[in-house]
Amino acid sequence: MKNAIIAAVAASALLGSSGAEAQQRTKFEYWYGLTGQLGEILEQHCKRFNNSQQKFEAVCIGQGGYDKAEQNTIAAYRSKQQPTVIQIYDAGTVNFMLSGAIYPANQFAKDFSIDIDWTNYFPGIANYYATSKGEMWSFPYNSSTALLYWNKDAWAKIGKTKAPETIEEWFDDLRKMKTAGVECGFGFDYDTWMPLEQFSAIHNLPIATKANGYGGLDAELVFNKTKFADYMKDWKKLLDEGVARIQTAQVGKTILQSFTDGTCASVLSSVANHGVVGSTAKPGLNWGVAMLPVYKDFKRHNSLVGGASLWIMQGKSPQEYEGAAALMKFLSTPEEALWYSTANGYIPVTKTGFDYMNKNGFYQDPKHAGRELAITSLTFTPPTENSRGIRLGNFTQIRAEIRSELEAAFTGKKDMQVALDEAVARSNQILRRFEQTFKGKTLP
Amino acid sequence: MEKRAAFSDLRLAGALIAPQLLLVFVFFYWPAAQAVYWAFTTQPPFGGSNEWVGFQNFEQIFTDRVYWNSVGISFLFAGLSTALSVGMALLFALFVDRRLTGYRVHRFIYFWPYAVAAPAVGLAFRFIFAPEAGFVSAVNQWVPGLWNPALDGKDALALIVLANSWKMMAYNFIFFLAALQSIPRPLIEAAAMDGAGVLRRARDIQFPLLAPTFFFLLVINVTESFVDSFGIVDITTGGGPARATDLMVYKIYSDGFKGLDYSMAAAQSIVLMGVVIVLTFIQFRYVERRVHYS
Repeated sequence: MKNAIIAAVAASALLGSSGAEAQQRTKFEYWYGLTGQLGEILEQHCKRFNNSQQKFEAVCIGQGGYDKAEQNTIAAYRSKQQPTVIQIYDAGTVNFMLSGAIYPANQFAKDFSIDIDWTNYFPGIANYYATSKGEMWSFPYNSSTALLYWNKDAWAKIGKTKAPETIEEWFDDLRKMKTAGVECGFGFDYDTWMPLEQFSAIHNLPIATKANGYGGLDAELVFNKTKFADYMKDWKKLLDEGVARIQTAQVGKTILQSFTDGTCASVLSSVANHGVVGSTAKPGLNWGVAMLPVYKDFKRHNSLVGGASLWIMQGKSPQEYEGAAALMKFLSTPEEALWYSTANGYIPVTKTGFDYMNKNGFYQDPKHAGRELAITSLTFTPPTENSRGIRLGNFTQIRAEIRSELEAAFTGKKDMQVALDEAVARSNQILRRFEQTFKGKTLP
Repeated sequence: MEKRAAFSDLRLAGALIAPQLLLVFVFFYWPAAQAVYWAFTTQPPFGGSNEWVGFQNFEQIFTDRVYWNSVGISFLFAGLSTALSVGMALLFALFVDRRLTGYRVHRFIYFWPYAVAAPAVGLAFRFIFAPEAGFVSAVNQWVPGLWNPALDGKDALALIVLANSWKMMAYNFIFFLAALQSIPRPLIEAAAMDGAGVLRRARDIQFPLLAPTFFFLLVINVTESFVDSFGIVDITTGGGPARATDLMVYKIYSDGFKGLDYSMAAAQSIVLMGVVIVLTFIQFRYVERRVHYS
């Protein structure tokens, strides 16, 4: 009996210790900004990494939104508690590049022997996160672009089976649909990504001088003088005619919700929401996606990449960096690109990922119909000075200023041109303040 | 001669007060000093280098049209919210004090709103008053477009005033009720026997004796509507539409945390602190004169 007890204790100690050893994974923190269904998918992706190997464990913590992720990372860094890997959206690129708090991706890959072919990334995506010398400082992860989501049944009411290609055609269709009894042809909110940033890129119009800020911190905004001003005035006309409607959470439904329940016949949104729309659309909703329409007299150019990339922070231990390197290697395999792009609408960021998905028949599946349009849109032309990306400081605040002014104009408090002029004036103030804060520093 | 209690053992007194003093220092004086330092410098979002710029931050906010908009909205909000919450609380307290049928139930439920956290209040009000699907949106069936806090700035301001008043009314109610119940009943009864009606009794006996409580609640409500209203604004309107509900305290948050401009936010918070100090001073100096403490 005594021997049995000793044997049992010894066995459990042995098992316990080996169990403990297996638990001795190196942990590192990975903060991400996605929320909702997209956030859940990212969590699953994190679990896939943890289940695929035994050495490391990525502790994935959602921050409740892209801007909160940026704010929390900054606060954490100031109190020396920053995570190892963070997901930061496109608008935060400049802040992080100038911060001195990050470990540039190309250097990281060299130091931790991650075999990455930097030319494998689509140029439209790589350019956004690269320095002026072409060195990439972060790892693109979830990239998207904007598309037109259109309700095929609504368009069938006016006898059309193809989505509009020009803006004039689109507005014309909206007006025809109103007479045919469609209550809301187009739902929009004050988000600037679709109407300003993507619009300017595909029309090859500048948002700011100095190549949208790539050329230096002394750029100035110019969007109040480009075709964008006319575009906003046209939207206001549609709103006044009752053909378009403002849809925000405060009103009761967001633009996606108004599309998925069939209220509004078209919305502009990210391809990332392709999966969300598919799963939340009311049964029987006949919908599709199309490339953003362009004004007739303009030649279409490539659209901008949206979404976020993964940055490595400074000041962590070599073991945590090994873990982060393993995570980057894992995420950049074509199989993971396939898994991620199947789960949600984000597009593969590498050419090999795209080819792999194509070979596996991903784009032939009717569930994913239309997602390849995002890639077509992103690669329509080689990026120009105006469609390479946006490199303006404190861009989050600039977006908020523009949003406020658009809100004032769309709710009838201000004339649209006055609102845009004031948005430019205030945003330029923000840029000058940013320049002053980083006096003497140049963009990498 | 008044007998005043004196604590003779200073060391023990010091040791007992020390934890509280430490808390006040760490959570008020230290951050305030830091904010003052930041208000006179600029710094990059990730910290590291504070550069002295003197009064530039203050100059920038005082010449900003949007900032003065915030100041105006904040004062309007403070005035409306205080008037509504103090007025309604007084009314309810007077009724409950009269002990009409069912007063116990009323007394019990009128206090609950204060126990609800501000974000929960904001969320509930946002849903109830949502223009397309909330309960109140029924008025839009009769008069289309009558109520829309997402598009109409005045409606949005009304929404946050209502939400804030609803919460503060509970707090004020308890104080008023306690004060009313401390008025000696013989006074009221004597007045009633002399033929004074309810309103007359309220005007001549209860209100003057309520003056100290009224003054206290005035100070608390005004301060609270300047400083504690952040939770409600953040959840319901987010400062919109088009800055119609952009209170000073909300602007500090959006400039500092969303705009990543900590020094501008620090300058604004110093100004806000100054405003609240001045308002409290005015109230103590001029309103307290008219309060008779019994």
